[in-house]
Amino acid sequence: MIIPHPLLGPRDAQEFTYLGDAGLINRPYWLSEDAARAFHDYLYLRDNPAGQHRELWFHEQGDRSWLVVTRDTTTHEILKVELARDVALARRGAA
Amino acid sequence: MRYSALRIAKEALTGHKGWTPVWRDPDPQPVYDYIIIGGGGHGLATAHYLSKVYGKARIAVLEKGWIGGGNVGRNTTIIRSNYLLPGNEPFYEFSLKLWEGLEQDLNYNAMVSQRGIMNLIHTDSQRDAYRRRGNAMILQGSDAELLDAEQVRKEAPFLNFDNARFPIKGALVHRRGGTVRHDAVAWGYARSADSHGVDIIQNCEVTGFNIAQGRIKGVETSRGYIGATKVGVAVAGNSSKVMAMAGMRLPIESHVLQAFVSEGLKPVIPGVITFGAGHFYVSQSDKGGLVFGGDIDGYNSYAQRGNLPVVEDVAEGGMALMPMIGRARLLRMWGGIMDMSMDGSPFIDRTAVDGLYFNGGWCYGGFKATPASGYAFAHLLATDQPHDTATAYRLDRTLTGRMIDEKGVGAQPNLH
Repeated sequence: MIIPHPLLGPRDAQEFTYLGDAGLINRPYWLSEDAARAFHDYLYLRDNPAGQHRELWFHEQGDRSWLVVTRDTTTHEILKVELARDVALARRGAA
Repeated sequence: MRYSALRIAKEALTGHKGWTPVWRDPDPQPVYDYIIIGGGGHGLATAHYLSKVYGKARIAVLEKGWIGGGNVGRNTTIIRSNYLLPGNEPFYEFSLKLWEGLEQDLNYNAMVSQRGIMNLIHTDSQRDAYRRRGNAMILQGSDAELLDAEQVRKEAPFLNFDNARFPIKGALVHRRGGTVRHDAVAWGYARSADSHGVDIIQNCEVTGFNIAQGRIKGVETSRGYIGATKVGVAVAGNSSKVMAMAGMRLPIESHVLQAFVSEGLKPVIPGVITFGAGHFYVSQSDKGGLVFGGDIDGYNSYAQRGNLPVVEDVAEGGMALMPMIGRARLLRMWGGIMDMSMDGSPFIDRTAVDGLYFNGGWCYGGFKATPASGYAFAHLLATDQPHDTATAYRLDRTLTGRMIDEKGVGAQPNLH
């Protein structure tokens, strides 16, 4: 797989490590009433879809940026790549 | 029809005209007492034990493709009982005992071969860890033997003992481990289940569940609606997809694991050899092919094929361990979809829906578990109680904190 890095251009997926579902950006609020349950779901449960999947990749052998990659899990085709920072800031802006 | 040497002789003399299809191809009935979703090793084993041991009738196995076309036909055929933790080892020991009696039980030649498994040791701390594991195995009734480098050299002289990074200092040997002809496992269980009245329905994909007042009523399939009192799901890499139809999110990610086989060679490798430090393990099939593999690719996938970096990593591991294989050509490589759980251990449990049961999260270790998984799942379906060896495989263990994490890496499926 070649991941088109938004800053560095096409990079071999081998330069990256994989964390998992991009939902891991959305940490639950620790003071909410159901925080224990929310953190359980956050840490352990996954949608695990067959098809489009937004996921976190870390450019460990490169610029050490976190990326949100949208990839088809049935074909390994990469559809979209964003800096995780931009995704997180956009989310904060929307909230 | 019972298979025997006498039968083969008789058929040989009469032109082999007496052989009949090994299982029927029935149309689905409108209602069953038990529906098992997934005609792989675990689903077919469940049907076998449910009908033969627990004496249940009106059972159907629904398979979306053909039986044995998934992971039971895609693994590297290894059986073993060499786990460390108390939640796991009694279960895998039970499984190995069932393997030992499998061919008599099924009247089917599954080529169970207890040729031994050797886990290589490279450092003092690894030896300590393996000594502990070996003792845990012996305490649970399994077998383990610690070898020093000279003893390993006697059994596998072709290994690269003086590798600069991973010199071989010894091995933990599990003599009762070995290999099995994996397709024969699916076919043997299917034949036995069929002979006990189970309907094996192929090309029948489950497309939805009918759940009313928190109770399962039946399943929608590509061959029409089928009613059921109890439904068991054993669909390996597709667990999340199928259980999502019942509104459940699982502590599972699907990952691709690749495996490889070389051209046929004369016998060179005596048993199974694992080189954990180098992400490589190998055995030799009775046809002569070297069957080997390494780690999962490490990203979510339903593609049943992997990428080249892992191919390279596995080949490097193989060359580092046994340089002699460098001249063997690769014949085939393929991928299977692993239902990687958050602690690396499986589930055999009831769900929040009455009458709906789940069997999955086997990671890359489902094949060796096939008999015990089927037995324990049949026990659960028949009695609503977990089997004695499978009490730890609960779906809510991430909530209760009773994780069974052999590697101790936490909730990161691609590290198990």
